[in-house]
Amino acid sequence: MRLQLSPELEAFREEMRTFFTTQVPQEIRDTVAARRHLSKEQYVEAMRTLNAAGLAVPHWPVEWGGRGWTPLQMHIWREEMQLACVPEPLPFNASMIGPVIAAFGSQEQKERFLPRTANIDIWWCQGFSEPDAGSDLASLRTTAVRDGDDWVVNGQKTWTTLGQHADWIFCLVRTDPTAEKKQRGISLLVFPMDTPGVTLRPIQLIDGGHEVNEVFFEDVRVPAENLIGEENRGWDYAKFLLGNERVGIARIGSSKRLLAQAKSYAREVTVGGRPLIEDPRTADRFAELENELLALELTALRVVAHSADGKPHPASSVLKLRGSELQQDITELVVDIAGPLSLSSFADGGSEVPDWARVATPEYLNYRKVSIYGGSNEVQRTIIAGTILGL
Amino acid sequence: MDFTFDSEQNDLREAVRGLLDRAYGDGEQRRRVTASDPGFDEKTWSRLAEMGLLGLPFAEEHGGMGAGPIEVAVVAEEIGRVLAPEPYVEVVVLAGGLVAAVGTDAQKAEVLAGIAEGTTLAAVAHAEPGTRWSPSAAAVAATQDGGSWTLTGVKEPVLNGARADVLVVSAVVEGGTALFLVRGDAAGLTRTGYRTHDGGRAASVRFDGTPAELLGTDPGDRTAQIERVLAEGRIAYAHEAIGSMDTALRTTAEYLKTRKQFGVTLNRFQALTFRAADMYVSLELARSTALWASMVVDAGGDVVAAADRARLQTSRAGRHIGKEAIQLHGGIGVTAEYTVGHHTSRLTAIDHVLGDGDWALSRLAADVDAHETVDPLGAPYTR
Repeated sequence: MRLQLSPELEAFREEMRTFFTTQVPQEIRDTVAARRHLSKEQYVEAMRTLNAAGLAVPHWPVEWGGRGWTPLQMHIWREEMQLACVPEPLPFNASMIGPVIAAFGSQEQKERFLPRTANIDIWWCQGFSEPDAGSDLASLRTTAVRDGDDWVVNGQKTWTTLGQHADWIFCLVRTDPTAEKKQRGISLLVFPMDTPGVTLRPIQLIDGGHEVNEVFFEDVRVPAENLIGEENRGWDYAKFLLGNERVGIARIGSSKRLLAQAKSYAREVTVGGRPLIEDPRTADRFAELENELLALELTALRVVAHSADGKPHPASSVLKLRGSELQQDITELVVDIAGPLSLSSFADGGSEVPDWARVATPEYLNYRKVSIYGGSNEVQRTIIAGTILGL
Repeated sequence: MDFTFDSEQNDLREAVRGLLDRAYGDGEQRRRVTASDPGFDEKTWSRLAEMGLLGLPFAEEHGGMGAGPIEVAVVAEEIGRVLAPEPYVEVVVLAGGLVAAVGTDAQKAEVLAGIAEGTTLAAVAHAEPGTRWSPSAAAVAATQDGGSWTLTGVKEPVLNGARADVLVVSAVVEGGTALFLVRGDAAGLTRTGYRTHDGGRAASVRFDGTPAELLGTDPGDRTAQIERVLAEGRIAYAHEAIGSMDTALRTTAEYLKTRKQFGVTLNRFQALTFRAADMYVSLELARSTALWASMVVDAGGDVVAAADRARLQTSRAGRHIGKEAIQLHGGIGVTAEYTVGHHTSRLTAIDHVLGDGDWALSRLAADVDAHETVDPLGAPYTR
C-alpha cells in the first residue's frame, strides 16, 4: 500500500502533461474546453499529432506502434489527455478495429491497415447495432453471402457514430444463417464507405446535432480478402473489441475537467448578489459529486493496479456504470447553474448568453447516451450480478 | 501508487480472521456475548492483546508494535466482517490515539502499555449531550487548584464508559480544550451504563469535582490533536464499516440464491439482482476511498480532509447497503436471530459516533471553491 507515484511515474505524468498542454494545437483544445463539436479536420490533426509522438495507440502491440506500457501508465496517459482537453484518438480506429486487426488479422491485413489506422489516414466507423439488435447484438440480421471472390452484403446498421466522416466501415454480418447458436454464424467484414450499394442517412438527435447515422447495404460487393480473421468467428472479435471499448469509458479526467469548469460557471452566476458557488445547496452538490468522482478515480487506480496479469479486476464493471452516471450528473449540474440561460441553446450573434450556458442543455441531452452505449448500464448490472455476485 | 497489501499484511489478516471466526463464526455467539455486560468477551479481548493487536499502532517503547494505519485498517475490517463486539477502534485508535498524541512519556508508558496488554480498558469521554461531533469540549469544565485538577460536568454517550479502567476526558480550560485522565475509581465519578442499539455499551458519565490528571504537561488547547485523532478514528471506522458491508452484501447474495418464492429462487428476479449489483458498486467505491484515506495517513498528508471524504463515502454506502440488505431479505432481515439486521444496526452506529455523511459533506462543501480539482495523489493528500 503506497499512495505516491514512483519517481519514474511522476516523471511520466509530467511528460504526458507537458506534451498534451504544449504540443496539441491550442485551438483544438479550446474547442474541447468550450464543449463544442470538433470538425473532422480537428480530429485528424489531433490524432496525427499524437501519432507522430507515439502517443496515439500506446496499447497496440509494440511492432505496430504500441509502447508496452503498464495499465497504470495507460491510465495516466488517458487522464492527462482528458484533463488537457486533448481529443482522444478516434475510438473506432484506436480502441476498436485497430486492436482487432492486430490480434486476429492476417499479416497482409496488418500491413495494409494498421499504420493507416494509427495515423487516421483511414477514418473508420462501426457497423454493429441494427434496428432489431441493440443490447442483444447477436440477433443481427445483415447478411453476407459468398459469390465467387466476393461477399455480397445486404441489410442495415444503425447508431454509426461519425459515419459521415468515415472512409471505411467494420461490419458484423451473418455469414452462416444455419449456425445452431446465433453467435456462431457471424463474421467481421471491412469495406470502404464509397463502395456501390452503401447509403448513409443521418439521424438527428435531441441536442440538434448530427452524430450518428443509419447505414444501408444493398448488394454491396466486398472482396473476400476483406474478411478479418476467420469466417464465423466475428462474435469473438466483437467481444474482444467491446472489452476494449469499455476501457477508459469512465472518462474520469473529462468529468474532473467539466466539474472544475462548472465551478467557474457557478462563480459567474450570482444569486442575491453572491456567487452561486457560495450557495450551500450548490456547494453541497459540488462536494458530493467531487467525492463520488474521487471514489471512482481511486477505484480505477485500484483496478488498473490489479489488472497487470491481463485479467480484468471484477470491480472494473463499476467504472462504466458509475462513470457514465457521473458524467450525466455533472452535465445536469451545469444546466442547473445556467438556469434560465440554459434555454438559449441556439442563440447566435447578438445574444448576451455565454457559450458555456448555450451548450449546457444540448450536452446534457446528448449525454443521456453514455449510460446506453458501450453496454448499457443495465447490461453492466447484469454482469455485476451474474459474474461477481453469482446471482 | 500501490493498492495491494504486502504479505505481512495478508498474514495479519489471516491471523485476525482465524481468531475472530473462532469467536464469532456464527451470529449466536455474538448475541450471547452482547447480552450481558461488558458487551464484549474479555477472553477474546485478551487473545487480541496476545496477538499484539491492541498495541498495533503504538511505539515499541510504549509496549506497542509500531505498525502503521494499513495494519490497523486490516484489523478493523476483520472486526466489522463478523461484527466482533470488542471495542477495537474505540480503545486502540481513539483512546490510545489521544494518549499517544498528547500524553507524557510516563503516561504513554503506563496507559498505552496497559491497553496493549489488555489490562487497561481506556475509553474516550468527549461527546456531550446537546452538541454533535465537535473537536472541542463545552459542558465539562476543568479547574486547577494548586497542582491538581478537578472536572465538573456530564459526558454522554461515552462508549464503554462504565467498564473503562481509565477515561480520557476532554474539558474546557482557559483558552480551549485540554485532555485529562480520570481513573475508574476516582471520587466524584458517577457512571450509568446502558446498552446501545448495536449490542455495544455506553454510559452517562458525571464528574462532580472529580480528581483528574492532565494529559501531557501543558494545559493549552488540544483541539487540533483531538481533531486529528477523531479523523484517524473516522478512517478506522470506515474500514470496520467496509468489513460489515461486505458481509451484509455476501449474506444477501447467498440468500437470493437459496430463498424460493413463486417456485423459483429469488435471484431469478431482476428487480432484486439489479439492486444487489448497486450495493456492490457502493461497496467497492467506499472500499477504494477507505483504503486511500489510510494511505494518506501513511503518507503524512491531510488526514482530516481525507477522513471527511472517507466518512462521506462510507456513510452513503453504509446506509444504502444496510437498508437494502434488510429489504432484499424480507421479514427475516429485521429479526434479532438473523445476522443481517445487526450489520445495519452497527453501520448506523458507526455513522453517528464521529460524524455522519451530511456532516462530512458540509465540511467538504465549505472548501469546494478553494480548489479546482481533487488530485488523490497530489497535495494536500501527499507531502
